[in-house]
Amino acid sequence: MTEHLLSVRDLSVSFDTPDGTVSAVNGISLDLAKRDTLAIVGESGSGKTQLAFAMLGLLARNGRSEGSVRIEGQEILNLPEAKLNKVRAERVAMIFQDPMTSLNPYLKIGTQMAEVLQLHLGKSKRAAMEDAARMLDAVRIPDAKRRLGMYPHEFSGGMRQRIMIAMALLCRPALLIADEPTTALDVTVQAQIMELLTEVREEFGTAIILITHDLGIVAGSCERTMVMYGGRVMETGPTDKLFEAPSHPYTLGLLAAVPRLDIPQEDLLTIPGDPPDLLGLSGGCPFTPRCPLAHEPCPQRMPDLVSFDTDRKRACHAAREDVHR
Amino acid sequence: MTAFILRRLLFAIPVLLILIVLTFVLMYTAPGSPFASDRGVPPAVLANLEREYGLDRPFLAQIGTYIWNIVTQFDFGPSFQYRDQDVNDLIEQGFPVTLTYGFWSFLVAVVVGGTLGVVAAIRQNTWLDYFAVGISIGAQVLPNFVMAPILVLVFTLWLGWLPGGGWQGGQIEYLIMPVIALSTSFMASIARIARASMLEVMTSNFIRTARAKGLPGRTIVLRHALKPALLPVISYLGPAFVGMITGSVVIDLYFSTGGIGQFFVASALNRDYGVMMGITVLLGALTILFNLLVDILYAWIDPKIRY
Repeated sequence: MTEHLLSVRDLSVSFDTPDGTVSAVNGISLDLAKRDTLAIVGESGSGKTQLAFAMLGLLARNGRSEGSVRIEGQEILNLPEAKLNKVRAERVAMIFQDPMTSLNPYLKIGTQMAEVLQLHLGKSKRAAMEDAARMLDAVRIPDAKRRLGMYPHEFSGGMRQRIMIAMALLCRPALLIADEPTTALDVTVQAQIMELLTEVREEFGTAIILITHDLGIVAGSCERTMVMYGGRVMETGPTDKLFEAPSHPYTLGLLAAVPRLDIPQEDLLTIPGDPPDLLGLSGGCPFTPRCPLAHEPCPQRMPDLVSFDTDRKRACHAAREDVHR
Repeated sequence: MTAFILRRLLFAIPVLLILIVLTFVLMYTAPGSPFASDRGVPPAVLANLEREYGLDRPFLAQIGTYIWNIVTQFDFGPSFQYRDQDVNDLIEQGFPVTLTYGFWSFLVAVVVGGTLGVVAAIRQNTWLDYFAVGISIGAQVLPNFVMAPILVLVFTLWLGWLPGGGWQGGQIEYLIMPVIALSTSFMASIARIARASMLEVMTSNFIRTARAKGLPGRTIVLRHALKPALLPVISYLGPAFVGMITGSVVIDLYFSTGGIGQFFVASALNRDYGVMMGITVLLGALTILFNLLVDILYAWIDPKIRY
């Protein structure tokens, strides 16, 4: 077995709030090899973003994480700040949902891009700026040299996300975590950004974790998909198999909710009910209240994540044959 | 930018004119006379004095002459109380004093208040935060007219470390208490504003980006968070400045520092029209100037603001 780039074991994330403890992520494990692409899919509040934040130690102050996150063999949880910063700068990069607010509006693009290179790789300001210009070029921002002297508000949303991607790639990270990178962008720009991410992976050999609720962009871009709900993994496997034959009622619901243009549809399909309140989750399967196949053991006991078909896993009490369209 | 500054300076002229007219009208309609005294002045003498100072002329002629003299000779007229000095002399004498302790108070309020607020925010919910918040709440409820006697009581009467008043050309021991008394409440306000805005900035998305980039905490605070966190503080500086000038009235009374604050109060009580007008115009001009400086500072910090 090759050494994993990223190895997460039993990771749990919880937040202390005035109303009690909120469990955002419950005992999630995942592995990622070099150049892998993994999509983490789920509705808002499924814990996918907090999972990513925990992997980089970016949780809010009231957040706690337990379990283990190893990046290239190094344990991330409880790593001293200085060492953690080195990992963040050089090994794992992250881009965020809202490009409009993710760049510092008070600093020039060039300054924001160059500072990591200067700080962590000890490059001179000039060399760092040259690298930054080259990287802007690589993400198809025309006239890169001049753009370095501009401020974020002088760019469109799509351009800012390109800048974020360029900034993330500056130190040639082994892993890029993209947290809903296209959610705030319009559809044509979405496609361009996804294309860019695919190119990035080919050109730099960067492994990518794509966090999204948009199944449409997963299909073309990620080899594997992990479906999350209520802070737990519902099912995981190769994207094509998972799309073709979903093995979990939640995945089925998600896929059915994707609007289709090829057949006449009266209304948009939804999964009835609301995402679970993560405050005081019971021990059972969080999807139970919304699940068409819910039966006796579901509210009591969370089903184990069981392997099948060699490379797939599912966590559901219902028989696999019962899960179909 | 230059055009903006010129435009603002030009715009200051009508504002000052309106200020002059309003103040003049208020004083003209207020009862009393600069020459009235308890002993009673014979009507003939009073009439002579009023003719001498031009107070018997119609309102429009009076205000016309007043503005004309300012515009042509920068002459703010005579004082009605200090017979040998005119308004320019008094301001020349008192303003440097006010400016000196005002400047230091301002500096103390901004530096101490800003630091206190930023440190409290970065160390939120630690003893350092509680300490800073405690100090600023304590300081907030101590306006200068409470602070001044407390300082005199402690440092002059009990400890005997500092002189209780006087100026002596602004030597440090005469400067300390006025500066503390004047700056305390502003320092507290600035600390609270800085803390609140720093807390907000530190949870913003671009700070998260900076953390994800692996920047150390010091760089994040100094390079990424400080500028935006200080914007609300800067917009408070305009009102704070005006408040400090008004506060100088109290300072001059308690510490006998001899700044313009003391002339300001005395002139209002004595109907010393010339001095009162002069100081009002001066403060008006300073307020306009300061707000302009604040706007320039704003544009310098926030690249989205362009004039």
